[in-house]
Amino acid sequence: MQEELFAPGHRGCAGCGAAIAARLILKGSGKDVIIVSPTGCLEVVSSPYPESAWKVPWIHSLFENAAAVASGVEVALKSLGRKDEAKVIAIGGDGATIDIGIGALSGMLERGHDVTYICYDNEAYMNTGIQRSSSTPYGASTTTSPAGKVSFGENRPKKNLPAIAAAHGIPYVATASIAYPKDVIKKVKKAISIEGPKYLQIHAPCCTGWGFDGSKTIEIGRLAVETGLFPIYESTEGKVTSVKKVKRKPVEEYLKAQRRFKHLFESEGGEGELKKIQDIADANAKQFGLDL
Amino acid sequence: MEIMEGSLAVAEAVKACRPNVIAAYPITPQTHIVEEIARMVADGELASEYVRVESEHSAMSVCIGASATGARTYTATTSQGMALMHEVLFNAAGLRLPIVMTAANRSLSAPINIWNDQQDAVSERDSGWIQLYAEDTQEASDMTIQAYKIAEDRDILLPVMVGMDGFILTHVHEPVELCPQEKVDDFLPSYDPDHYLTPKNPLSFGTIVYPSTYTEFRYMIHEAMKRAERKIIDVASDFRDKFGRHYGGLIDTYEAEDAEVLIMAMGSVIGTAKDAIDELRADGKGEKVGLVKVRCYRPFPAEAIAEAVKSAKAIAVLDKNISLGYEGALHTDVKSALYKENGPLALGFILGLGGRDITKNTIKNIAEKAQKAIKSGRVEKDSEFVDLGAL
Amino acid sequence: MKLSIGAMAEPGSTRTNKTGSWRTFKPIINVEACIGCGTCSMFCPEGTICKVADKYAIDYDYCKGCGICAHECPVKAIEMVLEGE
Ligand SMILES: Cc1ncc(C[n+]2csc(CCOP(=O)(O)OP(=O)(O)O)c2C)c(N)n1
Ligand code: SF4
Ligand code: SF4
Ligand code: SF4
Ligand SMILES: [Mg+2]
Repeated sequence: MQEELFAPGHRGCAGCGAAIAARLILKGSGKDVIIVSPTGCLEVVSSPYPESAWKVPWIHSLFENAAAVASGVEVALKSLGRKDEAKVIAIGGDGATIDIGIGALSGMLERGHDVTYICYDNEAYMNTGIQRSSSTPYGASTTTSPAGKVSFGENRPKKNLPAIAAAHGIPYVATASIAYPKDVIKKVKKAISIEGPKYLQIHAPCCTGWGFDGSKTIEIGRLAVETGLFPIYESTEGKVTSVKKVKRKPVEEYLKAQRRFKHLFESEGGEGELKKIQDIADANAKQFGLDL
Repeated sequence: MEIMEGSLAVAEAVKACRPNVIAAYPITPQTHIVEEIARMVADGELASEYVRVESEHSAMSVCIGASATGARTYTATTSQGMALMHEVLFNAAGLRLPIVMTAANRSLSAPINIWNDQQDAVSERDSGWIQLYAEDTQEASDMTIQAYKIAEDRDILLPVMVGMDGFILTHVHEPVELCPQEKVDDFLPSYDPDHYLTPKNPLSFGTIVYPSTYTEFRYMIHEAMKRAERKIIDVASDFRDKFGRHYGGLIDTYEAEDAEVLIMAMGSVIGTAKDAIDELRADGKGEKVGLVKVRCYRPFPAEAIAEAVKSAKAIAVLDKNISLGYEGALHTDVKSALYKENGPLALGFILGLGGRDITKNTIKNIAEKAQKAIKSGRVEKDSEFVDLGAL
Repeated sequence: MKLSIGAMAEPGSTRTNKTGSWRTFKPIINVEACIGCGTCSMFCPEGTICKVADKYAIDYDYCKGCGICAHECPVKAIEMVLEGE
């Protein structure tokens, strides 16, 4: 049996998708890695001193600098002649990656470091109490984009970081979801086997922040993919090379299962918003050829 | 002896220390240092990984990742770049990583100003970095080598910042004696940490610490700072034994034994002050003016300073920085160091901000003010701006 | 406790924190019904379901009772029962 490299006893909520992502990533990578984590839920729940859930070498520095710290780890291994010792992986939340750390990430990708950067995307700043990030999807109510009398929640679509990463011309960009664990493991294995900078974005539902029962973390993740709201694909040097095709379900099935979208079903004008979200899914389906 | 620019003398010292990883982002007046190191790498003179980062925040972050992996690291910055590094500086010290950085000291915006003062580094005095200030280019170069020896000591393990005044030292051409490589290799063995990121011993670095032990971790840093006082003195004398040059330990004094007035300062103004003192003492009036050079600002050598000024009647503290709303930072620190000693009158002067020249006359005027204070037995102004122009 | 320099922690040391006490509902695997597919083990956020022979078993020291295993088991071989019953 494979050793559990992300140990139990961590403080993640019961049903935490980010914890599942961490386990799957380490299943793919094996133990010869050095992990860099920015500040965020995964970092906080996994490293309450004097404890750590990580059975691989791990470092947390700050919120926005994981890609730069990982760059430093990589060049140090190179300089010290220890390159074969470990693959370097950064694992950060959407806030750390797509908002505050995007400069450091872009620098790391552009400079060509042999680092796999993985974003576990739970679509908001969970650690500080469910504030919106630029990865929060259209229509989601968060504590800083709350639905209200004159608001339907988040009024901007998700920032497309995989496309931005791909625009750096890097050898491998992929999206995945914890609902498809073998796909995650396969993509992590593939990413670390490729020399150069790689970017992976793993959809990781958060029961606490999105408002669903912890038993449904995987089901919700699956619905995001099946509705076309989180397309799963791989791309190499800017060209899409594989797409997970689905028999698409209407977005309502995904949205109605979560508290963060509840207002869309209850307030006047919600229908129009649901239509807009369906349009986003349809556009994804068209762009990636998602439909079976 | 070779005549070379201060920045190049520092770059040569960095090269002699054989850092594994260098990460830097350009900002005036630090640029000549990192350009020269880039040239050394490009010409194969220096076998380091040189990371051309997209910001100073990332420069320090790359150093953190590399240092935690067991590499010797170097960066240089100043002014806005150092301010952008702010949270990363605290982080590096807290992680106990012996990173060495040159601070090409410069003012902070606004108004934007690219010239020398020491506001940048002084504003980071609480970050947990050891802060040293060089008097001339020779010292800046030698201090770089000493910095690694201090930082990497197992009893210390703290980052060290070597301050050299922007333009005044970075861009000046002076005769410099470079340290021969074999001697530096002997003085500074390669970095060999007990703990670093490796699958062979998969430790976790940078964990979250709760209120139950946070204070203790801060105390441990503080204690390491205190131990650094002895270490800085020892490294300075080891350096003298090996290379024949000595600039003082935590502080140095000049014409201080019989001095009634002691001028105190950090950095390149020390040279100007020495010349001014020579003239004051030579002009026959027999003015007893001396100098205390503060070489190490953090840890703050309170005891050494109190001891050095013990028999003076007035001290005049020169600050190329201001804690806006109060006074110069060195002045505050010196006064607090003397408080218990019931020491001489303390006068503080804010000067040299944003690159403004400090002349011998300025120093003489200051000395005169201090003399006046002695005569009247009281300090008229606790702290004042020097040579303030029309508003 | 001797504090480590820079607050380093030992690998996997969260194991000292038994999160089984968080549980309200307890997953029980019906070994007869279990087909040994490993789905539950793959999805468990605690990594606390292990293969034993050709079946799977839960380490209740760490199981937080989230119910993902029961929800995802393809043959509904896991039942969630109120803790203590
Ligand atoms: C410079 C800085 N700004 C803000 C914070 C506060 N902060 C800590 S974690 C966090 C949100 C993390 O969000 P994300 O990266 O999405 O991870 P998650 O917690 O959602 O898993 C914020 C805002 C910080 N630590 N540092
Ligand atoms: S808030 Fe969400 S991401 Fe954070 S620990 Fe809980 S479930 Fe995991
Ligand atoms: S998911 Fe169900 S069938 Fe599969 S191993 Fe677990 S208990 Fe057995
Ligand atoms: S209930 Fe949750 S924590 Fe417990 S074994 Fe099942 S999946 Fe793991
Ligand atoms: Mg998040």
